Amino acid sequence: MKRYNPPSVADHPPFSHAAYRSTVKRSPAFDAILVPQTISEITGPGPAVSALAEDDADLTTNAHTGSAAIGERSILTGRVLDENGAPVAGMLVEIWQADASGRYAHPREKDFPAPRDPNFVGHGACKTDGAGVYRFTTVKPGPYPWGNHDNAWRPAHVHFSVLGPALVTRLVTQMYFPGDPLLSLDPIFHAVPEPARGRLVAAYDHSVTMPNWALGYRFDIVLAGVEETPTEEAGTWRH
Amino acid sequence: MASLKQTPSQTVGPYYAMRLFAPDQNRLVPVSAPGRIRVEGCVLDADGVPMEDALVEIWQANAHGRFRHPDDPRVDVPLTPGFVGFGRAPVDLETRRFWFETTKPGRVLAPDGSSQAPHLSLVVQGRGMLRPSFTRLYFADETTANAADFVLVRVPEARRHTLLAHLVSSDGAPTYRFDIRFQGNDETVFFVFD
Ligand SMILES: [Fe+3]
Repeated sequence: MKRYNPPSVADHPPFSHAAYRSTVKRSPAFDAILVPQTISEITGPGPAVSALAEDDADLTTNAHTGSAAIGERSILTGRVLDENGAPVAGMLVEIWQADASGRYAHPREKDFPAPRDPNFVGHGACKTDGAGVYRFTTVKPGPYPWGNHDNAWRPAHVHFSVLGPALVTRLVTQMYFPGDPLLSLDPIFHAVPEPARGRLVAAYDHSVTMPNWALGYRFDIVLAGVEETPTEEAGTWRH
Repeated sequence: MASLKQTPSQTVGPYYAMRLFAPDQNRLVPVSAPGRIRVEGCVLDADGVPMEDALVEIWQANAHGRFRHPDDPRVDVPLTPGFVGFGRAPVDLETRRFWFETTKPGRVLAPDGSSQAPHLSLVVQGRGMLRPSFTRLYFADETTANAADFVLVRVPEARRHTLLAHLVSSDGAPTYRFDIRFQGNDETVFFVFD
């Protein structure tokens, strides 16, 4: 049976990170119980859900209002890979984000006095190709204020969701933009161990930028990979 | 050794439902499906307050114990047409409950060759959660199967009850109650699958 590498504290934030206030009462207090992976965990919804999904990868037009969204038109592209560098092909990548003013098209948004873009719904989906490549066209989201602390602002970010091949490869993350001065002040970004933070910041890539059209950013996503196949003869097979 | 490093997890935030929920994603089976059950519950914070913006995702085998997945080797066990086994159940703002309708899964094999008790795999996310929490829902009325379950036996006996869903109504579809608690003595058992 396959075994996926479990999440490591070197790669992921802790459940509780006091500077991000709402984690304090929404995090487990007991240590998680370690259990060997079973068929329930090495399978997962990714393959079947992805097979049913359709691409909806241009957020500048998918409001279908007849007008384009306002903002810095941007291409977000990258590869979804596993830890061994193998492409995660044919897998659904879903994103959601604020508009260029920092407003979310969500009914319960805590609003602030910035204009909402009526031509922007702020979410989309794209399936990776055989090389694991996804590609979205969108507008760069604006930073927005939040209630975590005095004068708190989230850096510009795009929320990414990938199911991956197994239950244990589930990943929801946020992609940030290079050079954002708000990154150094953001407790959600800073909850990630310092050596791993850079993986959440997209790279500006001029080879992705399209002349007279859009700026290009590259953001690769790495999911938990299958442990390199030990042979039963070697006696390292865990189950 | 792995050559690349995992992308760090970040919270889904309060607005995940813009993308991560579409109507009927919490109905895994049609209303007409035989053996339909309903599961509902709250996600409770350290103060016992039901959260208004948590997301519960479920993954399960079909009634025969087969996963719709290329790595389920039991090709002799039939798939159920139209049944994927994946659901997304956001907490409802008004009732502060999540719910989904599905069929009770069949038994699947454990790595030691035993049969696992019927269970749903749950992934809990939300604002204030920097990582997903993984747990399992078992059925309190499966006493014998639960007592020998590969995963449950690894849970300290005093905490096993936090993984049991209880039948609360048999009007229409049998309804099971399953609350997910963060912190406190009755904190739900969460797993790292190693
Ligand atoms: Fe956000």
